[in-house]
Amino acid sequence: MDRVTKKPRLATAWLGGCSGCHMSFLDLDERLIDLAARVEFCACPLTDLKDFPEADITLVEGAVANEEHLETIHEIRKRTKILISLGDCAVTGNVTAMRNAFGVEDVLNRAYKELATVVVGIPSGNDVVPKLLARVRPVHEVVKVDYYLTGCPPSADAIHACLVDLLEGREPAGEVKRFG
Amino acid sequence: MSVKTLEIDGKMLTGVAGETIFSVAWNKGIRIPRLCHIGGISDVGACRLCLVEIEGQKKLQASCLTPVEEGMVVHTDTPKLRAHRRLIVELLFAERNHICSVCVMNGDCELQELATELGIDHVRVRYQFPSLPVDLTHERFGLDHNRCILCTRCIRVCDEVEGAHTWDMLGRGTNSRVISDLGEPWGASDSCTSCGKCVQVCPTGALFAKGKAVGEMRKDRTFLKYIVTAREKKQWIE
Repeated sequence: MDRVTKKPRLATAWLGGCSGCHMSFLDLDERLIDLAARVEFCACPLTDLKDFPEADITLVEGAVANEEHLETIHEIRKRTKILISLGDCAVTGNVTAMRNAFGVEDVLNRAYKELATVVVGIPSGNDVVPKLLARVRPVHEVVKVDYYLTGCPPSADAIHACLVDLLEGREPAGEVKRFG
Repeated sequence: MSVKTLEIDGKMLTGVAGETIFSVAWNKGIRIPRLCHIGGISDVGACRLCLVEIEGQKKLQASCLTPVEEGMVVHTDTPKLRAHRRLIVELLFAERNHICSVCVMNGDCELQELATELGIDHVRVRYQFPSLPVDLTHERFGLDHNRCILCTRCIRVCDEVEGAHTWDMLGRGTNSRVISDLGEPWGASDSCTSCGKCVQVCPTGALFAKGKAVGEMRKDRTFLKYIVTAREKKQWIE
């Protein structure tokens, strides 16, 4: 609950995903206006914050693919009451995890050397580009996840239904329309 | 032909001697989940999804292989069975790389449908992410081992209906892999008649027709009934 506005604090985060789940969230369209009135929207991938804020509900898009994601997801878990895996990359690893069948080195070589028109080198281990983890993992393999919104991406209706249930103190119905 | 009377999920049903619990149940609209069974070819009990509880028996039985008996009391949908089925499907997802969002069968896949039916919203076991090949050597079809659940429908339909026996299984456990001929690329197979029956019966996108984009592939399994009926009754009807 926000100390000033006394509203539940809602956040969204973007790990290893294509942002399509956030696009689906934006597909709430006019329902976003109602939602904005009911919550204190405290963080999203566009907010420039030093640290992830305290939140009641956080929607996490994307799989845990690099060192920054790993740090962020632990931080989010510490500061969030209800953590929701938003979409298939967060839930299963999905396309983000397709590189797991190959080694990190092979993947980086493919992207930055073999297929590159200008070969500058492989960015790894510097302070600008986070280092890739050896293995991409779904969020619940790293931290405890409270609810799952499946789909690539989950529909705006599913996101809306889940948030409304939580805001009104109900257990989300969690109807899965398609898994995987 | 002797008739057996039994109870399935509280309904009194009858089947003929030798008929399986699975067959009697499905004929009466009790849809026991399955992935390796498909009408028209033999059953092997590979997927374990059709397991049922039979009163008086400690072990769960694969209903596709268990013949009906007089006075049997069978339960096909209990919390215990649901828990087992859920775990089996989760294990299938974790064992190979089922990336549905980039699969030709997305939206029409039997594995995906079953997961949804069982209310699976995440996989509790660790994903294995094995490194598996894709065989695109055949002119018209492809085989993606990442999507194979080892149900062996392809092997059985090729052997029993087409009579070619191009497919077989290599290895054991998680190393099992469907192979064509003696492990040759599919395109180099001498025995394959390119009939495509294996592609049509495959429950996932492991076997697919080339040239289809994500979610575009649809499989037609009606041919099996026609062929089996033609063999048994000499009539070309479904």
